[in-house]
Amino acid sequence: MTARLTARDITLRYGDRVVSTRLSLDVPDGAFTAIVGPNACGKSTLLRALVRLMRPEAGQVELDGRAVGDYAPKTLAKQLGFLPQDPLAPEDIKVRQLVSRGRFPHQSLLALWSPEDEEAVTEAMAAAGVEDLAGRPVQELSGGQRQRVWIAMVLAQRTPYLLLDEPTSFLDITHQYQLLGLLARLRDEGRTVIAVLHDINQACRFADHLVAMRDGRVVAEGVPGDIVDAALIKDVFDLPSVIVPDPVTGTPMIVPTLQGE
Amino acid sequence: MNTSKLKVERRTAVLIAVMVALMLCLGLLGLCYGASWASPGEVFAVLTGADRSVVISDWRLPRVLAGLVFGAALGVAGAIFQNLTRNPMGSPDVIGLDAGAYTGALVAITVLSGTSAQLATGSVTGGLAVAAAIYLLAYQRGFSGLRLVVIGIAVNAMMTAVNSWIVLRAELEVAIAAVGWSAGSLNGVSWDDLTIPFALIAVLLILMTTRAHAMHQASLGDAVATATGVGLNRLRLLMVLVGVGCTATVTAVAGPIAFIALAAPQIGRRLAGAAGVPLLPAALTGAVLLQGADLLAQMLLAPVALPVGVVSTAIGGCYLIWLLTKEVRRA
Repeated sequence: MTARLTARDITLRYGDRVVSTRLSLDVPDGAFTAIVGPNACGKSTLLRALVRLMRPEAGQVELDGRAVGDYAPKTLAKQLGFLPQDPLAPEDIKVRQLVSRGRFPHQSLLALWSPEDEEAVTEAMAAAGVEDLAGRPVQELSGGQRQRVWIAMVLAQRTPYLLLDEPTSFLDITHQYQLLGLLARLRDEGRTVIAVLHDINQACRFADHLVAMRDGRVVAEGVPGDIVDAALIKDVFDLPSVIVPDPVTGTPMIVPTLQGE
Repeated sequence: MNTSKLKVERRTAVLIAVMVALMLCLGLLGLCYGASWASPGEVFAVLTGADRSVVISDWRLPRVLAGLVFGAALGVAGAIFQNLTRNPMGSPDVIGLDAGAYTGALVAITVLSGTSAQLATGSVTGGLAVAAAIYLLAYQRGFSGLRLVVIGIAVNAMMTAVNSWIVLRAELEVAIAAVGWSAGSLNGVSWDDLTIPFALIAVLLILMTTRAHAMHQASLGDAVATATGVGLNRLRLLMVLVGVGCTATVTAVAGPIAFIALAAPQIGRRLAGAAGVPLLPAALTGAVLLQGADLLAQMLLAPVALPVGVVSTAIGGCYLIWLLTKEVRRA
């Protein structure tokens, strides 16, 4: 396993609240990595540190051995694509215009809109299944459609890395599986996908590499089938459960034994 | 599939053409209109140098150019601050930057001798000081646009009070001059008042043009902007400097002209059917609005010329009430 993107002994804090201390992580190249854990365990914060939205107090996040903070903003943006939980759509923006904004790192004052931009936007919209929405105002779309438009924007950036913070929240169950399937396909096409996911069963089904976090620490990481057992689920989520093979994929499936109070 | 994009661009192109035509018409009207009406033919003769007329070339022309250039500068300043605060009410005139710049200018007149260099320095310093004060008061681990706007409105009220106090304590002659100017007026501007401000505004607008693309990208929120390669800290610093610079430069010459910066970006955005709050429609709309308001100010009680700020406040006040009710309903 090789890893171009790594976190080395990073300490992360918001004001007085220390989120993680000396956390290290290697993100395997070309794999689908899912980060799971209870609320406020520091998984989103870790993701934000990986895309240099947050500067570690100690340690550093490195891409190809160089600190992400040392890259020119646009150079790094050609490598790492990131979709936060709450992106803002400018008022009255149309779908295709929003997807086009993903081309920003490839543009400059002298090269504003190239045929390559055009092609990347068209391709990204097809991959995310939003071609039919091209001329629609983003604010009029449903939550599921809007999420796919944002995914298309990140795809148009054409980065080898895709980092997504809870991309399935606000989606109904069908759209959740469609989105995870899309991410798996992008992984098959050679991209490295890193997603914070809420649903551990979905993470086990789709991810090649599972990172389980609690209290800002990585409790376990590896292939879901190798690391997920009842003891781990108890450790990470405080949830008593039995683990059975998923009847469709054979990956671990967590069935809680807790029945109310 | 590409038609939506082309359609938007065509609409923007049509808007630009219409606005430029309006600017030329209003500009021509401004050159013709006055105590004595000059025909367009006479005006063209003066402009091409075939004829001479002090009234047209030294009185009316600087005033018309000031209306257009200052209007564009105010429109851009408004668009910049509405982008920074992500709020249609977050414009320099509402959050107290005009009032702060005017305080600086008043200090330059009453305490110092009031040369144009002192006026410009005073108003830029005043504008920057108010911007810094609002930023510090509103900052709480990052900053929210709405908090910044609310604090700005309070600061605006305070600075307006300070301005009244300075005028009350000033000598009578200075006070009378200051009051006439306090509404924002283009009455009596001459070439001497304009060369340095025009040069300054040109530099600021060119600087901002180079960063317009990044500013529009930043409207996607801090996370997406950073992740797509916008250097947010440097961008914001530049935006504040250009926004305050434009506002203060106009205030140093014409006083605080309210509501152009508030209304022009929003009107321009709607006319262009554009996403977010873009700069070019704001600049063009600002130029048309201020020149139009100045013509009205000259015509309403002719031969007495009103300060243009009175007209812009009357029009803009109605707009602000409408905007406030809409914002309150949304929140």
